[in-house]
Amino acid sequence: MATKSILQVKRASLSFGDKSIWKNLNLSVAPGEFIAVIGANGSGKTVLLKAILGQLQLSSGEIELLGKKVANGSRAIGYIPQHRQADTGLPLRARDLLRMGLDGHRFGLPFPSAKTNKKVSEMLEAVGAKEIANVPIGQLSGGQLQRIRVAQAVIDNPQLILADEPLSALDLKQQGLVAELLDSQRKQNGAAVLFVTHDVNPVLDYIDRVLYLANGKFRIGTPDEVLRSDVLSKLYGRSVDVVRNQGRIAVLGSSDHDHHDNEKWT
Amino acid sequence: MDRLFDFSDYDQLIPLVQNSLIAGLLLGIMGGLIGVFVMTRDMSFAVHGISELSFAGAAIALLVGLNVALGATLGSIVAAIIIAILGSRAKDRNSIIAVLMPFGLGIGILALALYEGRAANKFGLLTGQIIAVDDPQVFWLIATSLVVVAFLGVIWRPLSFASLDAEVAEARGVPTKALGLLFMLLLALAVAASVQVVGALLVMTLLVTPAAAALRLTSSPLWVPLLSMIFAVVSVVGGILLALGGGLPISPYVTTLSFAIYLVARVIERTRTKTKRAG
Repeated sequence: MATKSILQVKRASLSFGDKSIWKNLNLSVAPGEFIAVIGANGSGKTVLLKAILGQLQLSSGEIELLGKKVANGSRAIGYIPQHRQADTGLPLRARDLLRMGLDGHRFGLPFPSAKTNKKVSEMLEAVGAKEIANVPIGQLSGGQLQRIRVAQAVIDNPQLILADEPLSALDLKQQGLVAELLDSQRKQNGAAVLFVTHDVNPVLDYIDRVLYLANGKFRIGTPDEVLRSDVLSKLYGRSVDVVRNQGRIAVLGSSDHDHHDNEKWT
Repeated sequence: MDRLFDFSDYDQLIPLVQNSLIAGLLLGIMGGLIGVFVMTRDMSFAVHGISELSFAGAAIALLVGLNVALGATLGSIVAAIIIAILGSRAKDRNSIIAVLMPFGLGIGILALALYEGRAANKFGLLTGQIIAVDDPQVFWLIATSLVVVAFLGVIWRPLSFASLDAEVAEARGVPTKALGLLFMLLLALAVAASVQVVGALLVMTLLVTPAAAALRLTSSPLWVPLLSMIFAVVSVVGGILLALGGGLPISPYVTTLSFAIYLVARVIERTRTKTKRAG
């Protein structure tokens, strides 16, 4: 199984001072696999992405992307950040943000090119954003911006997409639409996804596995294997109820709360 | 006042103005282009901070009899490196600049107070030169602006990515930190060159105002730098031509033109949004 994995996290531990974030984390992501990373605030979801991007040093263990030790990002990675209202008055329209995902890393001037324009236009069409192509990103709604973000992440055919709470700050309907779009778009080129979220529901239909982080420990498996009262109670070390209702899942008593998830105390 | 006498002598006036115009054109192109990144990276205050240390460097050079351009450049580079290293976070950056700035200004004032040469030289560093740019100075300006514009051209795309979408750029492997440092060095060179013409206190009129005006008018990544460049060139070259007769410093002319362009840009923006809402 591990022979063809895209990303391998091997016995990785991370701690800040004496605070251990997670210990001996093992994770192997197969091509095309969609994995949700779930956990409360401070459980180390976002720092896991940072470690994969080589922006944080592990305390021990290692992370390999495509068989190589990770270092300062990679062009094999597409990245979708959390929604943040963009500043108005930036020289950046939806199509420009999209184009940066394709050739923003290259040196030189961004001369207009027919090939690039075609690709950008196709992508805009694919995510249903043709009408907003020339709108400055500061004027886009949350849902619109995140659609462009999905397009930006997939436009250069990455093998792995890292998404850091891309649906937070969107309403339920937009969450569903953007999640669906991400899944359909990434399937076009078979990219794997590591999707950090505090709410698994918008992506429940698309995920293959769940990585649940809590108390410095973790559990990996299919949603049915992990999102169960007995499993999560063991992980949290106290009684936790997993309630399923109309295809949605709620974890009660975990003290995971949905508020304040946009706040960062860094 | 002896500069004023030069103007009555037409044989000398022509080459004199020529140098200034070349310098103005180059400064405008360089200032307009780098200004776009000053705006997108939110570095307006850093420009001010760097220019004060550039002034200190120039004043010290004047005092000890070294090349003023070299002094201005060294001062700028020291400031830029300090700001880049200590101020990687926006909040830290502002306080570090605020700490550096008065210190630089103070050192500069001390050096000027000790300097016993011509008074015109002293004021020039703060408020801009009378339209006299001599040959070595124009050579220095040409070299600086060529270096800055060439480097900007090479790193334009990744620097834009890093400035406008830092998180994604970093994930995609763009060396955002190295680009940030390189940008600060280029900014230092641009500031040092501008200080010698418009003076330390007015550098922002070249490195901030034109780009700010352009951003009022368009969000196109092609048109913002082009307009910014045009606005900066019109301000400097226009300012020099206007200042020619009076023999006053060019800076009030340049800053007024630059400010007027910005005002017009805001008015156009306002009218546009109104029409959009009405329609």
